[in-house]
Amino acid sequence: MLLIHCPYCEETLPEAEFAYAGEAHIARPADPSTLSDEEWRDFLFIRTNARGTHFERWRHIHGCGRFFNAARDTVSDRFLTTYKAGKARPDLSAVKEAAE
Amino acid sequence: MNTQKHDFTAAPVQIEELAPAARFSLRVRPDGRAALAQALGLDLPGGIGDRTADGGREALCLGPDEWLILAPEAAPLAKAAASVYADAPHSLTEISDREITLRLSGPQVLDLLASCCPRDVEAMPEGRGCRTVYDSATVTLWRDGPTEFRMDVWRSFLPHVLGLMALTKAELQAGL
Repeated sequence: MLLIHCPYCEETLPEAEFAYAGEAHIARPADPSTLSDEEWRDFLFIRTNARGTHFERWRHIHGCGRFFNAARDTVSDRFLTTYKAGKARPDLSAVKEAAE
Repeated sequence: MNTQKHDFTAAPVQIEELAPAARFSLRVRPDGRAALAQALGLDLPGGIGDRTADGGREALCLGPDEWLILAPEAAPLAKAAASVYADAPHSLTEISDREITLRLSGPQVLDLLASCCPRDVEAMPEGRGCRTVYDSATVTLWRDGPTEFRMDVWRSFLPHVLGLMALTKAELQAGL
């Protein structure tokens, strides 16, 4: 089982308490009515599907209930870092250096 | 030939249902916390998992803006909170009937919890609480002593949770 650090509870807890919630940092367009069908489709459905580092949302559903963001390596399943919702993407080179 | 004797009568865990009590779910933003704590006469702890108790009332911090409050009576608490609503907007919902509380105790209570709860319950300090999961049911776990816990279970999940606990208890009793 994966262990995930919740940035709100400040504890590392088992994956069973969390729910995956898709890719992170996807902002809803401010004025959807001005978008073309293709742009709207891209917003709704098109995702990076990264091989390697992936920024994604998780929810601590059986805990504090909060959504937060995580950077996970999709190949090794290793969590590089987690951070509170609304924060900018962290600098991953610093995170990787700290982990090594 | 060596034989091992099992004492099948000694209970490794005690599982009891507690009497109903008033229960509230409180949601309030950080800037309204102090005003509300003063109105309720109960300190609202700031860290997730922290607890306070005062005059029969108990508060447990479940999230950054969420508290679970236990009280002997519902009406005075609701009235006190309503009096500061204009200054500290909040949501105070009575959930007394939503959950049933179990008291779990006994020498093997940690084994009982470990059977279905993925969290490291043994590492949880005494006098703290948390919301976690028991099999697939969300529960609130309070640690009152080294081998003493309370568990709030949503009433519709209770038969499932009790069924699993009875099974685990039988296995523990058989020395498995």
